[in-house]
Amino acid sequence: MGKYVVRRLLQMMLVLFGASIILFICLFVVPGDPIATSQGEGRQLDPSTRAALERRYDLDKPLPQQYVSYLGRLSQGDLGESYVYRRSVNTILKEKLGNTAKLAVAAIGVMLALGISAGILAAVFRYSFFDVLVTLSTTFAVGVPVLIIGLGLQNVFAINLRWLPLQGQSAGNRALILPAITLASLDTALVSRLMRGTMSEVMRADYIRTAYAKGLSKRVVMLKHALRNSIIPVLTYVGIAFGGLLGGAIITETVFNWNGIGLALVGAIQSQDNPIVLGAVTYGVLVFVLVNLVVDVAYAFLDPRIRLE
Amino acid sequence: MTDQAVPAAPPVGEVTLEAGASGFGGAETQAAAVGGITRQTQFGNVRRRFLRNKLAVVGLVMLTIVFVTAVFAPIIATHPPRAQDLNITLQGPSAQHWFGTDELGRDVFSRVVHGTRIAVTVGLASIFLALVIGVVLGSVSGYLGRAWDALIMRIADVFFAFPLIIGAIMIILVVGRGVAPVIIALGLFSWATIARLLRSSILSIRESEYVEAARSLGASKWRIVTRHVLPNSMAPVLVYAMVSVAAAIVAQASLSYLGVGVPPDVPDWGNMISSGQKFFGFKDYLWFFPSMAVVFTVLGFVFVGDGLRDALDPRLR
Repeated sequence: MGKYVVRRLLQMMLVLFGASIILFICLFVVPGDPIATSQGEGRQLDPSTRAALERRYDLDKPLPQQYVSYLGRLSQGDLGESYVYRRSVNTILKEKLGNTAKLAVAAIGVMLALGISAGILAAVFRYSFFDVLVTLSTTFAVGVPVLIIGLGLQNVFAINLRWLPLQGQSAGNRALILPAITLASLDTALVSRLMRGTMSEVMRADYIRTAYAKGLSKRVVMLKHALRNSIIPVLTYVGIAFGGLLGGAIITETVFNWNGIGLALVGAIQSQDNPIVLGAVTYGVLVFVLVNLVVDVAYAFLDPRIRLE
Repeated sequence: MTDQAVPAAPPVGEVTLEAGASGFGGAETQAAAVGGITRQTQFGNVRRRFLRNKLAVVGLVMLTIVFVTAVFAPIIATHPPRAQDLNITLQGPSAQHWFGTDELGRDVFSRVVHGTRIAVTVGLASIFLALVIGVVLGSVSGYLGRAWDALIMRIADVFFAFPLIIGAIMIILVVGRGVAPVIIALGLFSWATIARLLRSSILSIRESEYVEAARSLGASKWRIVTRHVLPNSMAPVLVYAMVSVAAAIVAQASLSYLGVGVPPDVPDWGNMISSGQKFFGFKDYLWFFPSMAVVFTVLGFVFVGDGLRDALDPRLR
C-alpha cells in the first residue's frame, strides 16, 4: 500500500512536470504583447518603463531560462505575479479558490442528495413510472450542455419566477442554489445512472435473497445490505467528479458571474495576464490529479477486494 | 501494473460480432459458424439489435436531419446568414423570420441552419483527429508494450489531466481563433481516453487464441495488428468516439460562448447564444433557438452512441 502511494506520487510529479511544459509553451509562445495588453490598449509605454517591466517579469530572458525560473518558483508554490494587478498570483487566486470550492462543495451536495436517492429509488422500483422518469431525465441531462442548463435555470427561476438571484454572490447562500445545480447537472445524472446500475446488480446477489429469507424487512435489506454494497463505485465517481468540478466550473462561473477560478481564468485570457492563466490552470490540474490519487487509494480502503500493486 | 491481460478469450461468436461491426472487414473470422442454418453476418446482427432500440432509431433520424441541414444549409436557409437589415432589428419570430432577427437584423433561423455546418464539421473533424492519434498511439502502446507503453501512457496522463475546455483554450491562445484551431485543440485533448481504451482492449485481445494462431502461422506483426487485433478491439473505441463527437460539439459551442472559439462574425451556435445573452429576459428567442439546435444535435449523437454500444455488445446492458 505504502509502496503504491509512493509510486503514484512519483507518477503524479511526472504528470505535473509534463503539464507545466505544455502550459509554459502555450503561454509564452503566444503571439501578442502581454506588457502592452496589460497596460491598456493604445497606451504608449516609454522604453525604459517597458524594459523595467520586462525585467520584472523575466520576459527579457530566453525562453528556456524563463522556463527554468518558472519551474523553480513553481516547486516552491510560487506562481509569480499578475501582469495586470501587480499582486502575487497566489493571493489573487486564493480568494477565488474559496468561491470555487464553495460552489464545488454545494454541487457535490446536489449530486449526493439528488443523484444517489434518485438512483436508489429507480433501482428499488425498477421499470416503474419513477424509474422511467429518472432514466429519461438523466438522458436529457447528459444531452443538454451545462451552459444551456444554466441559462434555462436563470430564465425560469430568476427572471420569470423571481425566486432566486440571477447572478453574483451578494445574496449569500440563496445565490449558490442555481449555480450549484447547474454545475452538478451532468454528474448528478451520471451518479443516479451508476447508482441504479450497481444497486440493481447487487439486489440480484445471493446474500440479498438470504437477508429476505431470514425475515428482514425490505427497508432493512435495502439500506443495510444492498445500499452499503453498491455505493462504493458511486462514491468513487463522486470523488473523481469533484476533481473535475474545480477545473470545469469555467462555464458555470461565467454564466452566473461567480467570482471563482474559472471566471478569473476567462478574464485573464482576455487581458493576456499569463501568470494568472498559468496559475489557474495549474490549480485545476493539481486538484484533479491529487483527487484522483486520493480516490484510488480510498477505493482500496473501502473495498478490500481491490488490491493495489 | 495492469499488464496482466484477461486470459480468457471471449467465445467466437462475440469476437466476430465486434469484428464485423467495426467495418474493418472481419469477414475472415467467420460468423456463420454459430451453428445456424441461415448464415448470420455479424453486421446484420448488430444492425438488427440497433434497429430494435427505439431511442437509437430516434437518434439516427435526428442525426439524419442534422446532416441534411448541414449539407443543404444554403438551400434550407431562408436568408443569407450574414445579411444585415437595420430596419428590422430584434424582431420576434414571424412568418418571414421564423426564429426572429438579431440586433443587426440578421435572420436567426438562417444563422442556426448555417451554424449546423460549423458544429458538425468541428465535431467530426476533431474526433477524427483524436481517433487518428489515439488509435496509432494506443495500438503501439498496447501491442509493443514495455518502454513504448510506459512513455505513451505517461503522455496520455498529462493530456488527461487537462479538462477539455481548459486544454482547448490553451491551444487556441497559441494558434489563434478560427475553425481549424478549434478542431486541432479539441482533437489534441480528446485522444488520451481513446488511446487508453484501445490499449486495454488490445491487451486482452493480444492474448487470445486466434492471435496466437495467426502468430504461429507466421503472420507478420503488422498483419496481426491491422487484420486481427485492431478490428476486434475497435468496438469500444468507436462507441466512445460517437459520444465524444457530442462532447466536442458542446465544447465548441462553449468555447465560442467564452469568446475563444470561432470568430464572432461566424454564424455559430455558441456565438449566437453569447450575443443573445445581452438581451436575456426580454429577447429570449435569441439564445433559445441556437441552444435547442445544440441540444438536438448532441442528443442525436448520444442516442446513437448508446444504441451502438448496446448493439455491439449486448453483455454491457
